[in-house]
Amino acid sequence: MRRLVVSAAAFLFVLSSFSGARAEHLVVALSTHQVQINSSFVGTDLVLFGAIERDEKTVARSGAYDIVVRVTGPPQTEVTFRKSRVLGIWVNAESRTFLDAPGYLAMLSNRPLSEIAGPETLRRYRIGLENVTFPQQIAGDIGDVPLNDPFRMAFLRLNREQRLYREVPNAVTFLTPNLIRAAIRIPANVPVGTYIVDVLLLAEGVMLATSNSAIEIQKVGFEQFVASSAHDHGLLYGLATASLALLTGWIASVVFRRD
Amino acid sequence: MEIYLPIADIPVNLFLLFFMGIAVGFISGMFGIGGGFLMTPLLIFIGISPAVAVASVASHISASSFSGVIAYWRRSAIDLALALMLLCGGIIGTAFGVWLFSFLRSIGQLDITIGLSYVTLLCIVGGMMIAESLRAINRARHGKPAELRRPGSHMWIHGLPFKIRFKQSKIYVSAIPVVVIGFLIGFIGAVMGIGGGFLLVPALIYLMRVPTGVVVGTSMFLTLVTMTGATVMHAATNHLVDAVLALTLMVGGVIGAQFGARAGQRIRGEQLRLLLGILVFLVGLRFAYDLILKPEDLYSIRRLEDGM
Repeated sequence: MRRLVVSAAAFLFVLSSFSGARAEHLVVALSTHQVQINSSFVGTDLVLFGAIERDEKTVARSGAYDIVVRVTGPPQTEVTFRKSRVLGIWVNAESRTFLDAPGYLAMLSNRPLSEIAGPETLRRYRIGLENVTFPQQIAGDIGDVPLNDPFRMAFLRLNREQRLYREVPNAVTFLTPNLIRAAIRIPANVPVGTYIVDVLLLAEGVMLATSNSAIEIQKVGFEQFVASSAHDHGLLYGLATASLALLTGWIASVVFRRD
Repeated sequence: MEIYLPIADIPVNLFLLFFMGIAVGFISGMFGIGGGFLMTPLLIFIGISPAVAVASVASHISASSFSGVIAYWRRSAIDLALALMLLCGGIIGTAFGVWLFSFLRSIGQLDITIGLSYVTLLCIVGGMMIAESLRAINRARHGKPAELRRPGSHMWIHGLPFKIRFKQSKIYVSAIPVVVIGFLIGFIGAVMGIGGGFLLVPALIYLMRVPTGVVVGTSMFLTLVTMTGATVMHAATNHLVDAVLALTLMVGGVIGAQFGARAGQRIRGEQLRLLLGILVFLVGLRFAYDLILKPEDLYSIRRLEDGM
């Protein structure tokens, strides 16, 4: 891991010494593009390095750069339930279906988002958890609802509590004025699939450049084998599990036989 | 040591699971029951989704009941004819239960159904067991003889047609209630993730007048077949059986059951029934507590199939 990080950083230094005749340009490298979930998976940390390329023609900027890293997990359909009292007991009475909501969503930046840009810019580029649209199915129609909708707020809050949605205003650090490093925390309960990593470069509240790459999170080895056989060969998997149960029971009766 | 469960999709502590297997196994060995009604709620409590818990516990019960069946088989304390007759209903009931399970899951009402069934069933059965065993303890204290089987006392059940003689149980009863009991046990077991031993044993004793000597072995045999069937059916239809979870639980379970069985032999029958009744009742109350008290968080999220 460390060696990878070092070589990624070295690669960026080399890259950043070449420069085209453009405005600012972002070059990004991730410590890995593949996260493997095996039986000892308890979450992981990814490191992102980015270089801000400039050349002679690039306008001089009085203010410093700002970086926002947005990591978006695979889309999922999630239902948010609200309990209410029916005949004296609490049951899931109302529900809202969130279509294609990201299974993971992280907004990492070098300082609080509200200091980086104005609310219009943040909303336009979907920066910050509040500014991402969460389409819901509302009576046959699909659309987002106001920010203060109780279901929407509960949806964000619950995902934050599960650490699947996060906003970290100090996760990006500037190693030099033109070189950044961001730590992406992947918790253990993340869904598998493709994660999109968008890096956004801003200065004085203006979007200058973006870059996107992807991370693949997948089950490997034994985990992959069990999960895929349970899904693709359900009957066979069931028979195997049942035989395993009978074998365990039989071994126990042999081991603990007393008569 | 954390281990990532491939179907439940969360990491859990391996030793915690193993210890839960031993603890529930101890209780199941002590009372001669499968222990599913304890294991399923425990798994839900540590964060495993109710659907995965119910489906995986089936294979755990199947393991512990198999070692029990072998032991009772050696003592020839199983009425095979009665067990097979119960099974006729049991298999149909299990298939129907697995179907209902999938249906309730698809409309988002599985959790509440599991919760409500636990409350009703456990409180009623627990309450009845407490009352019955207290009467028995009271009788023993006053020096009265234990209630014997009275051949003359026939209920309406005993008047039904299609009578069959079960030699080993020394009973002559209609096949209809036997098949119906089997059906209900299989059905309840598949929906609630319980073996149903704690229901079947009293049903056989009080309704069918099966002698206590063969009742536990026969009940375990039925549990074994329905739960093994439920494992296969849950795996084939819902893809929710977590083999890693199940294996950890069953290894702990069969070990715990051995020590539980030894402990159980030192306690008198009616006291054992009183203890079991209290335990069943308490688990029922715990579920009732969740349903009746205002929950801390009214909202919850459920993920449907990924990336539709």
